[in-house]
Amino acid sequence: MLQHFGKYLIFMKSLFARAESSKVIFNRTIDEAILIGINSIFIVAIVSTFIGAVTCVQTSYNLVNALIPRSTIGYMVREMTILELAPTITSIVLAGKVGSNIAGGLGTMQITEQVDALEVMGINSASYLVLPKIVAAMLVFPMLVIISMFLSIAGGYLAGTITGEITAQEYITGIRDDFIPYNVVFALIKAEVFAFLIASISSFRGYYTSGGALEVGAASTTAVTNSVIAVLIADFVCAQLLL
Amino acid sequence: MIEIHNIHKTFGDKKVLDGVSGVFETGKTNLLLGASGTGKSVLLKCIVGLVKPDIGSVTFDGTYFTNNKLDIRQEIRRKIGMLFQGSALFDSMTVEQNVEFPLKMLSDMPKDERMDRVNFCLQRVGLENSNNKMPSELSGGMKKRVGIARAIAPNCTYLFCDEPNSGLDPLTAIKIDELIAEITEEYGITTIVVTHDMNSVIEIGEKIMFLYEGRKIWEGTRDDILDSNVKELNEFIFANRLMRDAKKVEEEEEEQQRAAQK
Repeated sequence: MLQHFGKYLIFMKSLFARAESSKVIFNRTIDEAILIGINSIFIVAIVSTFIGAVTCVQTSYNLVNALIPRSTIGYMVREMTILELAPTITSIVLAGKVGSNIAGGLGTMQITEQVDALEVMGINSASYLVLPKIVAAMLVFPMLVIISMFLSIAGGYLAGTITGEITAQEYITGIRDDFIPYNVVFALIKAEVFAFLIASISSFRGYYTSGGALEVGAASTTAVTNSVIAVLIADFVCAQLLL
Repeated sequence: MIEIHNIHKTFGDKKVLDGVSGVFETGKTNLLLGASGTGKSVLLKCIVGLVKPDIGSVTFDGTYFTNNKLDIRQEIRRKIGMLFQGSALFDSMTVEQNVEFPLKMLSDMPKDERMDRVNFCLQRVGLENSNNKMPSELSGGMKKRVGIARAIAPNCTYLFCDEPNSGLDPLTAIKIDELIAEITEEYGITTIVVTHDMNSVIEIGEKIMFLYEGRKIWEGTRDDILDSNVKELNEFIFANRLMRDAKKVEEEEEEQQRAAQK
């Protein structure tokens, strides 16, 4: 465990040891950002909308006290979405999608000697391949989290109003009630932290793949598992430190 | 000229290279010959710096490479072209982009000059009309050709080929061998080819180094190799029935000549 962590830190240092030119990194980052963003937006949209819908319906089911106003449902959906569901669930979904993609891609490049080909040309393969992925993830994840927040609240609205659990007026009153802008900032900070962890851990696992196709599969699985655990730990640490 | 001196490499308990020294001459196709698992590819990786030897040094035209400063190693690496066993073409790029890649990354060449060079290199390896194909659309032989074009695109001084004809049919294998030999002669570069293919030895082996269990046990030319009296080398060469038959015919002819002289 400690050995892996040490190796991970050395790997992170190697990204900056002899980094490629900023123009190359910039162009690659844009390419990666487009890939991560476009490929993830559908799944993020589906998951977020349904999470918002389910949160709304289940909160309504639990809200049996007649003294509590129905607008609390909207309030609960907003708070749960912004503080936890949008950044964390989105990141866990992305750990599965983006993380396995990064680890699988780098692992395949490693076993087919494409990484060696870069090194022989005198290119820092870690910097060229990994740094743009991390920067791109850190650029795109917050955007996806914002979309997720919006869609989740919209999902709650649709579910609540279509099923008749709550009126549109009550829901809107709820989501506007006691709004704390810092919570959005907190969610975006978490998104940045999670993006860094997912991209760097998955890259680390993929970059050090050796063997064949079986090992690439194993690296992808390990990347996802490690990323999810790291996200959950970081979620707790962020909540403890920033709230 | 590339010189290697006393290269040792161990992975875990397994000693892969055991004090290999030698000289690879400029303008010649130098072959690293040996059975599978004798350390040929590891030696090649030690030479290009992909694997760090435990002991020993590599010198490129008098410039010390192993353990030298990073910028000096980078400078040398930029003169290296390498053809990998599986070609190692970048999957996400077209043939054209693969060949253009080292030029784009390592030179300040404008786009039109780069494209001229790419087209020239592709033409040189006989792939004029494949610019927009993806690596997945290419046959094994075509991939090797693109690999060679990418290796020579930045005007490399040193060309390394790791089993260039593995997985190819005999005819394509010979064509690839011939292409490597032609390019070596044409550009006057230092070429090292890792192989276990006796056809390559006969076709292009101007200088051959035979490795056995991580040690160099024979060195010579393709003209000397059939007459060597190194047991391990003879076992390797004459493992092939055709080679055994050829040797038998040669011996019979020699015997007939001697009988005729008497």
